[in-house]
Amino acid sequence: MHGIDILSLLIWLPIGGGLALLALGDGNARLARWLALLVAFATFVLCLPLWQGFDTATASFQYVERLSWISQLHADYHLGVDGISLPLIQLTTFMTVPVIIAGWSVVEKRPAQYYAAFLILEGLMIGVFCALDALLFYFFWEAMLIPMFLIIGIWGGPRRVYATLKFFLYTFLGSVLMLVALIYLYLAAGDYTISGFQSLPLTLIEQRWIFLAFLVAFAVKVPMWPVHTWLPDAHVEAPTGGSVILAAIMLKMGGYGLLRFSLPITPDASRELDWLVIGLSLIAVVYIGFVALMQSDMKKLIAYSSVAHMGFVTLGAFLAFDIQASTGALAGAVNGLDGAMVQMISHGLISGALFLCIGVMYDRLHSREISAYGGVINVMPKFGAFMVLFALANSGLPGTSGFVGEFLVILAAFKANFWYAFLAATTLILGAAYTLWLVKRVIFGPVANDQVAAMKDLNGREFLVLAMLALAVLALGLWPAPLVQTMEATVQHLLQQLSLSKIPAV
Amino acid sequence: MNPNLLLAIPMLPLAAAIIAGLGGRLIGRTASALLAIAGVAGACLLSVQVLSALLHGAASYNATVYTWLLSDGVNMQVGFLIDRLSALMMVVVTFVSLCVHVYTIGYMHDDDGFQRFFAYIALFTFAMLMLVMSNNFLQLFFGWEAVGVVSYLLIGFWYTRPSAIFANLKAFLVNRVGDFGFLLGIAGVLYYTGSLDYQVAFDQAPQIATHTLHIAGTAAGWPAITVICICLFIGAMGKSAQVPLHVWLPDSMEGPTPISALIHAATMVTAGIFMVARMSPLFEQSDTALSFVLVIGATTALFMGFLGIVNNDIKRVVAYSTLSQLGYMTVALGASAYSVAIFHLMTHAFFKALLFLAAGAVIIAMHHEQDMRKMGGLRHRMPVTYWTSLIGALALIGTPFFSGFYSKDALIEAVHASHRWGSGYAYFCVTAGVFVTAFYTFRMIFMTFHGESRLDHHAEEHFHDVGWNMKGPLVALAIPSLLIGYFTVGPELFGGYFGSSIRVLDANDVVAEVGRDFHGAASFAEHSVLHLPLWLALLGVLSAWHFVLRRPQQATAIQERFGWLYRLLVNKYYFDWFNENVLARASRGLGLALWKGGDQAVIDGVIVDGSAGAVGWIAGRVRLIQSGFLYSYAFWMIVGLVLILGWLLFAGAGPAAQS
Repeated sequence: MHGIDILSLLIWLPIGGGLALLALGDGNARLARWLALLVAFATFVLCLPLWQGFDTATASFQYVERLSWISQLHADYHLGVDGISLPLIQLTTFMTVPVIIAGWSVVEKRPAQYYAAFLILEGLMIGVFCALDALLFYFFWEAMLIPMFLIIGIWGGPRRVYATLKFFLYTFLGSVLMLVALIYLYLAAGDYTISGFQSLPLTLIEQRWIFLAFLVAFAVKVPMWPVHTWLPDAHVEAPTGGSVILAAIMLKMGGYGLLRFSLPITPDASRELDWLVIGLSLIAVVYIGFVALMQSDMKKLIAYSSVAHMGFVTLGAFLAFDIQASTGALAGAVNGLDGAMVQMISHGLISGALFLCIGVMYDRLHSREISAYGGVINVMPKFGAFMVLFALANSGLPGTSGFVGEFLVILAAFKANFWYAFLAATTLILGAAYTLWLVKRVIFGPVANDQVAAMKDLNGREFLVLAMLALAVLALGLWPAPLVQTMEATVQHLLQQLSLSKIPAV
Repeated sequence: MNPNLLLAIPMLPLAAAIIAGLGGRLIGRTASALLAIAGVAGACLLSVQVLSALLHGAASYNATVYTWLLSDGVNMQVGFLIDRLSALMMVVVTFVSLCVHVYTIGYMHDDDGFQRFFAYIALFTFAMLMLVMSNNFLQLFFGWEAVGVVSYLLIGFWYTRPSAIFANLKAFLVNRVGDFGFLLGIAGVLYYTGSLDYQVAFDQAPQIATHTLHIAGTAAGWPAITVICICLFIGAMGKSAQVPLHVWLPDSMEGPTPISALIHAATMVTAGIFMVARMSPLFEQSDTALSFVLVIGATTALFMGFLGIVNNDIKRVVAYSTLSQLGYMTVALGASAYSVAIFHLMTHAFFKALLFLAAGAVIIAMHHEQDMRKMGGLRHRMPVTYWTSLIGALALIGTPFFSGFYSKDALIEAVHASHRWGSGYAYFCVTAGVFVTAFYTFRMIFMTFHGESRLDHHAEEHFHDVGWNMKGPLVALAIPSLLIGYFTVGPELFGGYFGSSIRVLDANDVVAEVGRDFHGAASFAEHSVLHLPLWLALLGVLSAWHFVLRRPQQATAIQERFGWLYRLLVNKYYFDWFNENVLARASRGLGLALWKGGDQAVIDGVIVDGSAGAVGWIAGRVRLIQSGFLYSYAFWMIVGLVLILGWLLFAGAGPAAQS
């Protein structure tokens, strides 16, 4: 026993903080801000010792907590982390801090509720990554949508209702199918333990249906082509903080689900239907790359860029089967899985940073249109430097985190099939094209108009936020070894799970 | 060799770059400049020391600095391989970089971005050193992309100019096309050798050659080694500006002249040449890939030279000359004469950096005028620039005893000796190229420095010769441009200088064949009177003199008589036109079609709005959010959920079975 149950603390501290903010009300905005920051920062700091005590040699869950929850349904309050969830939890606690700071003087409408929504959301998202019980997972999974709907619905742009609705319809469809699959698994296994689901023998036909149900749920979240069209709309309407959390953390739920549920629970169906995931991933990289090129709204552009970059996550996760088919061995499959994981963390940092950058400009000019800008670096040199750095990271520059995941996935893809690598590597050209063309039109050039001329460079608060993210992007790019080492045992275990058939012997 | 000293070589410029970049405003202009110069000078001195240690028999150094990432047993690391090849490159890079740093004090004197510029070029020096010192493909790719980014930042240094920010985006994207191939090549190396380490990959090169890769529907498949080498070479085509990926280099002249000298002539653009030479154990296994290299290089060497003839912008003439000379080096690689390619890379680095810096001095003296038609007669007004330019020009056209002569003549002889498919075409191109080179080079010299002054009123009024901080580097570069060939041709090409760092199969060893007729640098030069290239060069100079100084009206007449040819050349063979009007337009059109047609019409229009009934129904409900009442309701929903969960948790049963 650890004395304190640290995972519960990580979940309930921000939720408790959020509830306290709600109780406090919007009367004292200053107090609300500082309280929110204090809670977010405390959660981040509390998360750090997890690494200290984390045993990288084992794939089993650590910091496990288990209490009976709904005994009639054999559902437990069952938490724990492994090498896949730990980095994602750290990412969540890390990204919430800049989001709170970024809203500091910008959010005037119901400030206490704004921060409360983000803190409660943080706790629920950590819950998703910690839950080892499928029903508990589903509870957090659904619950976290509520604050997100509210964030977009209350603090969002003019078409927020349409965006929220579209977001809701997509995710609702996926969630319902996932719930059906979970209930089926519960009936077969007798309880909701995820590891029980993973070791449950299933026929190929059962696996196929479950795989497809999971795939819809997770593909919507990633989002994979063609269920991605809610994302640009949601981003465009969401306030800056909402976009950051949406891109940085919520999209990762989909990738996490594929690694935690799809691959280990339905390995045989994954093997049979991997072409579907790989095909959709490659379409995401190439097709969405071209679509991103033509966006005139900065947020939409980065939203599409997210879809393309998340394509590497889904691609990397499903390469193992083709690598085995093509080389007769699984060597290289871990590269793909490692790459998928690193890409998730990296995309969280970079897309979050880019949405924050757009937020900085939006706060000054109240426009997201590329054509409203031009030559921003003349009046905002510090901001320009950050924006160029994050843009280069988004184009996969070595030395930044954006390179690591894509590099690993392309290396693994070559082993599976030359053409996978060929199509995936087009991101080198397309990613650079849409990102740097954006930079050319917005950041460089002569000052475009009087409004741009009046823009003020970063204040201390904004500088701090972007500097935090810049350091993280560079650190992960220059030395990814510790992160990958943390995941090593878990990823190896996952590879073992997905390579063993679960079809019961007749 | 002391690992800490080796580490200091790239770290000194990096530290200077970071301090000048982040704290430039704090420490001021002079301190930033001195710091950057000190960093690069330190790196240069240490590099010279490393080279001299190797020449005095020290063993090569190959070790890891730190493990970047360990995934699936593949060790990806940062590490150094210091042998005579990398040591030579280190000395060339740091020496030219040092000259450019000093020159920059004068060239950028009045620029607001003074500190930023020093930060960039110091950062460039770091990246280039990481590239050449690497002992593995990962770090090679890191350096490769990092020099590309600094080049991007420097081409767009004057970011308010639309032409500059067009050029830098173009440069980056064209290079990315090359990197696309390069990355696939690296992935292929890992696939067949299981390692990203040079040594492992090189030792297994013959085994790779036994594999075939089934990339197309054909049953036979492609030899894996050929696919890998061509992919790697596509990377070199981007970085070293080979046809058809050459289009970015002329436009890169939008950047300040010192970086044109450093990055776009002497060092970065030669990274592709260096890379192929480094990969010689791989390329030697594929005759097909080498023939491909040969033909691409030969085409670049001759046809880019033609473009230098019709250009009137002094920097662009030098830029086309660089393209053509890079083609020469590539031809040498394709002929398996890797050492000759590196030798030409070295001499070219000196005389081309010299020519660029001299052109920059002219531009500054003329108060930012680059059009040679508005120059003329400058030899009396800037004598140091004139004489050093003349040395550079004579070296470039291959005048006996000058450095360029040795490298170019050895190169042409090596191609002559080659029997590889395409070597006949290559021999024709490089020989004809000698005439072209001499013609455009001396056309430039004559138009700029000789004849009547054609300065306009503005230039005349502001004309001032440059100071010694700019002339000094010219002299410093003129000395090796003149002498280095004479003193190093023997040992470097025929004395086994490169040892095991370049591996050539015996059957392909054309350099050894050329070496059989080599009896010292002096007699090599004397024998040139018996060879065609010398006379072609002379003819080129005479033609330039005739058309520029003696009968300029004849040049105009020819231009009119062969109008179609002139238009073809002025339009640069329509490569830019094709890229902008066909490739770029098609990409944008495709993007638009996928977005409007795919995303909006099909996915949203048919699939999403297909459930329009549900949408309408729910919309009615959700619209309450807008009215502002639902938000609190939803918050209480969360509160309720939390309460229920808490109640279940604590009021329910005690701890369940621990897992």
